[in-house]
Amino acid sequence: MAEFLQFAFSGLTVGAIYALIALGFTLIYNASDVINFAQGEFVMVSGMTAVFAAAAGIPLPLAALLAIVVTVLFGILLHRLAIEPARGASPVTLIIITIGASILMRGLAAVFFDKNFHSLPPLAGDTPLNLGGAAILPQSIIVLIGTGIIVTALWLFLNRTLMGKAMLATAANRLAARLVGIDTSAVIGISFVVSALIGAIGGLLATPITLTNYAIGTLLALKGFAAAMLGGMGSPIGAVAGGLLLGLLEAFGAGYLSSQYKDAIAFIVILAVLFAMPQGLFGRASIERV
Amino acid sequence: MKKLAVAAAALVFAATSAQADIKIGSVLSITGPASFLGDPEKKTLEMYVAEMNASGGINGQQIKLFIYDDGGDASKARTFATRLVEEDKVDAVLGGSITGTSLAMVPIYSDASIPFIALAGAAEIVFPVRKWVFKTPHTEPMSCGKIFEDLKKRKITNIGMISGTDGWGKAMRTECLKMAPQFGITVVKDEIYGAGDSDMTPQLTNIKNTAGVQAVINCGFGQGPAIVTRNYRQLAIGVPLYQSHGVSSKSYIKLAGDASEGVRLPAAATLVAEKLPDSDPLKKVALAYKTRYEKQTGEPVSTFGGHMYDALMILTQAMKRAKSADKAKVRDEIEKTKGFVGTGGMVNMSATDHLGLDLTSFRMLEIKGGDWTLVN
Repeated sequence: MAEFLQFAFSGLTVGAIYALIALGFTLIYNASDVINFAQGEFVMVSGMTAVFAAAAGIPLPLAALLAIVVTVLFGILLHRLAIEPARGASPVTLIIITIGASILMRGLAAVFFDKNFHSLPPLAGDTPLNLGGAAILPQSIIVLIGTGIIVTALWLFLNRTLMGKAMLATAANRLAARLVGIDTSAVIGISFVVSALIGAIGGLLATPITLTNYAIGTLLALKGFAAAMLGGMGSPIGAVAGGLLLGLLEAFGAGYLSSQYKDAIAFIVILAVLFAMPQGLFGRASIERV
Repeated sequence: MKKLAVAAAALVFAATSAQADIKIGSVLSITGPASFLGDPEKKTLEMYVAEMNASGGINGQQIKLFIYDDGGDASKARTFATRLVEEDKVDAVLGGSITGTSLAMVPIYSDASIPFIALAGAAEIVFPVRKWVFKTPHTEPMSCGKIFEDLKKRKITNIGMISGTDGWGKAMRTECLKMAPQFGITVVKDEIYGAGDSDMTPQLTNIKNTAGVQAVINCGFGQGPAIVTRNYRQLAIGVPLYQSHGVSSKSYIKLAGDASEGVRLPAAATLVAEKLPDSDPLKKVALAYKTRYEKQTGEPVSTFGGHMYDALMILTQAMKRAKSADKAKVRDEIEKTKGFVGTGGMVNMSATDHLGLDLTSFRMLEIKGGDWTLVN
């Protein structure tokens, strides 16, 4: 039982981080059909900014705030300078633009910061808590609670505010949304801001556990993308479920089956799910009427 | 300061460009996941070559460097190697920061008959001996051997292993598994983690729950070992933890924090230069390099730049002995390197040994109070 709990917490912690990245993918995808491959870089920029601001003597809460501001600024710039000018282009072109942007952001981070790995001090110390025989770091619990708060806040934003509803409407049908007077271009801009915000908070929560360096975004984006596909691209609930499931699959695969094949186990399950349900677990079936 | 030195070197180049330069090529992983190897190597190379050129060069000739960044990608390394041979027409090559890139370049330099000193770990690069290929860093069988010697001293026979899937982790795991029986050591649990993983508690839980584990060896490099170390303390595993020399830079201690307390690892003497006894022949070289590097770059020394220092010294001394940069003569002289004291230890090369280091060049270190200490 202690073993099971240990594996479960390991999986949930890693899964929550994947989930936050998958959420970022989902929001932008919904608003614009674009898969933003710079999503992992938001996490990296936020983590690195906080690390270097803290190292420069800025108190941690301020450093965290600065990191969020810088990351959101990157999100706005990405939209204004790269996506907006190419707004007539096909989603594939825009996706390629985001890949370019991610390479640029990695390069900037390598030049402005450095190429080493860094860590942030955990918020609540690093003495593990004993839960039913499993040793769990306080930071893991903070990551889980943080993810829960972000998901709730996002739900409230989407369902209770006019702007959120405009986003949902744009996701459902862009043309119809425009016809009822929604500025879909602004909605896409907002989706970049919210995605960057989620990425930034994710980076702050995850860095004490995953560590960070200028190139970590690529790997995180890959896992987050797999999670979003598993949950169903475009569904916020799917993104969270996909992320947690992917994390749990990896942890239980490594713990109970074989650490040698843990990534293979996770990807076999993803393939099996997508084979049976091509839209992912919570995705909408896309129906074309002819 | 560094810029000034480079500018001065450039001026000297211009002034003496009439005389043919010695062309040294270098393909390093300056960016990418292995940048913590390639970056100090590049800085070391530029720093010492500028100094050599300022003091008149080698055999009266200036050294001209051709440095390329492969980003840790073996196929890129191969492309740059071809460029060094065909366009730049270099006289010798230093580097290949990692095993993958170095092995990819070996056939190109061998075909072109150019002396090549690799800076990568794997023994595979020089065993069996390849005519044109040498290397300076300690190998994974040496790391395993040094750790097993220490285990025997502590009367430990049953161990757990946790290894990364990076090239270094894989190679060292294979060697350790192969060598363990010779030392009377049984590997009772053998676990793996991915090079980019951020949580290894499931694997470590399994090691913890395996009966009879008296020590754990972690084969790997990069951020993986730091996370393993943190998870190790999180699970409060009481037995000693050993790392390989793949983590021998200060950033490991910084990342792992208090969790690194008590971790042991075999490493080159560079890390503990000040703490070596004065009678140790390595002390002078290691301390000089360390002081020089830290002053110039403002970064704490790692052993990786030291591998470049050793390679450059072995090459330039061979060129001095050969009294030319003639490729065949220089190769023969590199092979005759005897009693050279570098940062990695005493180097005695021969026709059958293109590494020239033995276990005595390695030090067993223990991390205490956030710093390296020597284990006697």
